[in-house]
Amino acid sequence: MSDQAVSALPGAEATGLVTVREMGLQGMVTLRADLSAAARAVQRVTGAAMPGVRRIEAGKGCSVAWMSPDELLILCDRAGADRMVFDLTEALTGQHHVAVNVSDARAMFALEGAPGGLRDVLSKVTPADMGALVPGEMRRTRLAQVPAAIWFEAEGAARVICFRSVARYVFDVLAMSARPGGAVDYH
Amino acid sequence: MLVLTCPYCGVAACETELAPGGEAHLKRFGPGSSDEDFEAYLFLRPNVKGVHFERWRHAMGCGKWFLAARDTATLEVFGTYRAQTSAPPPEIVAAIQAKRPDWSLT
Ligand SMILES: [Zn+2]
Repeated sequence: MSDQAVSALPGAEATGLVTVREMGLQGMVTLRADLSAAARAVQRVTGAAMPGVRRIEAGKGCSVAWMSPDELLILCDRAGADRMVFDLTEALTGQHHVAVNVSDARAMFALEGAPGGLRDVLSKVTPADMGALVPGEMRRTRLAQVPAAIWFEAEGAARVICFRSVARYVFDVLAMSARPGGAVDYH
Repeated sequence: MLVLTCPYCGVAACETELAPGGEAHLKRFGPGSSDEDFEAYLFLRPNVKGVHFERWRHAMGCGKWFLAARDTATLEVFGTYRAQTSAPPPEIVAAIQAKRPDWSLT
């Protein structure tokens, strides 16, 4: 069935102060475990060191983000997500944990443009301090009325994850915040 | 705006990223307790004007429950701390007493 998977808003894109684009199918695996006990297994499977608090570490074809004291989010190819779950489950045999493929429960957006404009567009719809968010840090917060996670791949490239059920709402909120005429020139 | 720093993820969270959980350090009275104790546990709160200990959940964030000490009248925050404690830790008590010399933990 996985070859029939479709993302939440295929092809959705809006251009204004910055470009907002739905990123299509994205693999996401949630791991909940005692992170210090799971560090070696996670490194063996992903190639990434255990991320510190709120950090994102690059692995082999994936990245690993710290989401809470007992939770990681692994971003990988959509086609490799089930394999990632299998390998984590095997590597953590005997340790209390849960690894789940949550790819189809989420949506992901790319925001691209000038670094200051990106932070302005996001700041209009989140209470998180976008001026303090540096590449490599994962910030869980809210976008308008719903939970979201935001990070910067690079200064001019932000990523947003939300629940799939609110993908349309998040896209519309971001696109509205990015509409021409709404520049605030703060960051 | 009320800003509380989550002791689990270190985020300085806006009140709108948090879910309030009421007064902290309540002693539970469950099955077998008297009606008076059960009623007090469920409903009766001192609702102080001044130093107050509260439960908060970092709902739009790491998801963890934590505790906070603040002044309900001035909104001054004395500190936040982990939920796995049945009484305010010494550093929180000291931080409150530094600002409110008349206050004591009763
Ligand atoms: Zn937190």
